[in-house]
Amino acid sequence: MSAVGIYFYNIFHSLYTVVVGMKITINHLFTRSSTVQYPTVKMNIPERARNRLYVNIDDCIGCDQCSMACPVDCITIDTIKSTPDVDLGLTSKNTKKRLYVPRFDIDIAKCCYCGLCVWPCPTDCIVMTDVYEFSEFDRKNLIYSFSNMTVEEITTAEERLKKYDEEQAAKKAAIAAAAAEKAAAPMIPLPPKPESPAS
Amino acid sequence: MEFIQTLLANELVVSILLSLLPLVFIIVYALVVLYTEMKVAAHIQDRVAYMRTGWHGLLQPIADMLKLLQKEDIIPDKADKLLFRLAPIIAFVGTYAAYAVLPFSSIYIGSNINLGAFFLVAVGSLVVVGILMAGWASNNKWSLFGGVRSAAQMISYEIPTAIAIIIVVMITGSLNLQDVTKFQDGGIGNWVVFGGPLPWSQKLMLMPFTIITFFILFVSSVAEVNRTPFDLPEAESELVQGFNTEYSGMRFAMFYLSEYANLFTVSAVGVALFLGGWSSPFGTFMSGPVWGIFWFVAKAYIFVLIQIWVRWTLPRLRVDQLMYVSWKVLIPWLFVCLLSVGLILVL
Amino acid sequence: MLQPPTLPTNYTVKQGHIKTSTGKTIRTEEMIINMGPQHPSTHGVLRLEIVVDGEIIVDCIPHIGYLHRCFEKHCEHMTNYQQVIPYADRMDYCSAMTNEWAFALAAERMLKIEVPERVEYIRVIMAELQRIASHLIAVGTYGIDSGAFTPFLYTFIDREKILDLFEMTCGARLLYNYIWIGGLSHDLPPKFVEQAKDFVRYFRPRLKMLNDLLSYNEIFVKRTANVGVLPKDVAINYAVSGPQLRGSGVNWDLRRDDPYSIYHKLEWEPQVGKGEMGTVGDCWDRHIVRMHEMEQCLNIIEQALAGLPEGNVQAAIPKRIRPEKDAEIYVRTESSRGELGFYIVSDGTASPFRVKARGPAFVNLSVLPEIAKGGMIADLVLIAGSIDIVLGEVDR
Repeated sequence: MSAVGIYFYNIFHSLYTVVVGMKITINHLFTRSSTVQYPTVKMNIPERARNRLYVNIDDCIGCDQCSMACPVDCITIDTIKSTPDVDLGLTSKNTKKRLYVPRFDIDIAKCCYCGLCVWPCPTDCIVMTDVYEFSEFDRKNLIYSFSNMTVEEITTAEERLKKYDEEQAAKKAAIAAAAAEKAAAPMIPLPPKPESPAS
Repeated sequence: MEFIQTLLANELVVSILLSLLPLVFIIVYALVVLYTEMKVAAHIQDRVAYMRTGWHGLLQPIADMLKLLQKEDIIPDKADKLLFRLAPIIAFVGTYAAYAVLPFSSIYIGSNINLGAFFLVAVGSLVVVGILMAGWASNNKWSLFGGVRSAAQMISYEIPTAIAIIIVVMITGSLNLQDVTKFQDGGIGNWVVFGGPLPWSQKLMLMPFTIITFFILFVSSVAEVNRTPFDLPEAESELVQGFNTEYSGMRFAMFYLSEYANLFTVSAVGVALFLGGWSSPFGTFMSGPVWGIFWFVAKAYIFVLIQIWVRWTLPRLRVDQLMYVSWKVLIPWLFVCLLSVGLILVL
Repeated sequence: MLQPPTLPTNYTVKQGHIKTSTGKTIRTEEMIINMGPQHPSTHGVLRLEIVVDGEIIVDCIPHIGYLHRCFEKHCEHMTNYQQVIPYADRMDYCSAMTNEWAFALAAERMLKIEVPERVEYIRVIMAELQRIASHLIAVGTYGIDSGAFTPFLYTFIDREKILDLFEMTCGARLLYNYIWIGGLSHDLPPKFVEQAKDFVRYFRPRLKMLNDLLSYNEIFVKRTANVGVLPKDVAINYAVSGPQLRGSGVNWDLRRDDPYSIYHKLEWEPQVGKGEMGTVGDCWDRHIVRMHEMEQCLNIIEQALAGLPEGNVQAAIPKRIRPEKDAEIYVRTESSRGELGFYIVSDGTASPFRVKARGPAFVNLSVLPEIAKGGMIADLVLIAGSIDIVLGEVDR
């Protein structure tokens, strides 16, 4: 095409594409908008949604699996062993609980919502809910504490454990002392072996 | 105009009052066009704009204006203080001065000078000075870019505007905008865009040229007011906000207001010159002094809507392509139209 | 405080003189401008230092590192390989599925794990959906760079539907933690196949509308054709990959040329730039390669949905993933931006000794100074947009 031809083609082609573009936008002017007017209208959250964490502390056996699985280390768990004379109850899966959980803190500001803590839990007590509106004004309020042991209960449990440990240690010491005594005492001579009938 | 004069019997006060009327109009119109642009842009993009301030966001423009009014007035330390303060005022003055010659109705025109169309083109250059000052005085390399680009753009698009006005003047025989409008009175067939009130043989020959001229005037006036696709001086994605970058609060509001006032001005000029101004398209039905204002504003508003529609559709032209369009496309075609219209009128 | 070096080797701005017709001389000077870390159109925190002579760019130096988050260092301190997947997600956050897949593939090859067929099909579907979502962002933001604001909104409406599909499957919309080593975290929910087919049907006409509105618009063509031309040999020398390489006319796609998963079983074509509107390798070619690639992704998704076999979604992997000592592997996949590779070195323990991510955006960005010289500032914005960088991948 000659230069003049290109010149005219450019002009008319530009006008044509501009008109095509304007037709598309005017069509969209009259279609329904796609806005969901949050917060009066909320979108449906699917059931597998991974939002804020929730721990059912009555089911927690203090195994620490979720804390180890977390890639950002946002779960902090402290446990106290329980003594055999205390019955902590059963979890929902009918396993016996053996540990007190005085501290189960999740720093929900650090949580990256990956869901890796949910998979290893043996009792399914840590779950991801569909709550996504939990902003706070103060960052300290974003450290969620799930444990429900009071300070007295914690001190009681610690003392009980200490006492039990001391008792066990004392018992062990007593057994060890008795065994040591037995080893140090003079031996009673054995009766002579009977002669063999052959000789 | 005369009966108000007899009411107050003091010419100075009367002329001040009458020259303030377009200012009231601009302020009311700015609120309306802000709302329109926001809603039209939103619905083109399949979303809704503000819905909470007032019913469906009707009070939002007022909220915007209040927000701009109460912002802190920041002037950069190393900026050229006098020019920085002067720039928005000059830009707005240039815009507002054009309202003096717009024929709002058969009984109201700010200043019925015989050089109306020429005055318009001349005053439009004041805006260039304002923008250039803003770009330079901000002491910011990006603003400088915006200002310089804008100067190049505006002066090169004044030429097509002026030539298009000359073509209309050739047909109507007067530079006075009120006379041009009166010339087109009497119904849609008399509009200049369809050839003017001339015998049918001449009209048929003139029509293609007047339609092309009208279209070119529209395009070049969109470029004069820095709207997409010609909005390089305030190209948001490149230059942050172009020459506007350092402005905040009321000074920014002056630039903003002058941009929207310019939108109306260029649409109004196109309407007054080509589409019959305040005359009703039905001839005598729905015509009269008060109806005149309605028709004038309504026709100009339709073109404002078209400009908004184009803004949200098209990408932006680059500087050299802008110059190409002006000098190599618009001006040659206009010269052809000029010569043809002249020939046809003489024959 | 240390001042970072700005321009190489004591750059002094060139000064010149212009003689006017009246006999005066005007002094001219080049200008150094910062298209700083905060800028509406650098797609993230990227600092471009530009030396301009008027509007013509003389030199352009990118400064990166504003989004460095020590991804590779973090990987060395994870307790197991599985914990690296959420971190790999966050590298290229616009295209997370492909990141996860690359890492999972690297770990699986190192441990010689075979995944079930169903897992391969689902991974392909997810990766192609992700590729469409990522290209939609690229195209939308490219429109904004050139001044057209509306296509961005349209592409994001389409992207919502893809993110709804992802949310239905794994619970998250942007950073999934879905593709695990040895399989997937969840199986597809019951309504997924139907909804995905609906999406494919819905999206084809939208692609055509986007092309009409943006790609073939004459103003857009004039802005992007013959701008930022990347010749074939320069592209290969700089090791660019992905749509940028294919836009320069090189027919190279890792899904076909270094095949992994089931791509060799499906019918699709890599799209190559042909210089329709200008020269081969200009910005328009890269843009249209992305648009055509989205269509090919739809074809792949349709075929994969039709041929989805039954099975379970987790292979039998050991509870503690422990590769043998001194094992190292480099695996590359075709992510939305190009060749994404992971190089893993193991020392026999449960956590990797060293993970190196080869980010395609990092390598693609290195070509920017070469192709931006001689253009205008307005062109620079479009060239940087056509490279389609995501700073998370550039800086890791």
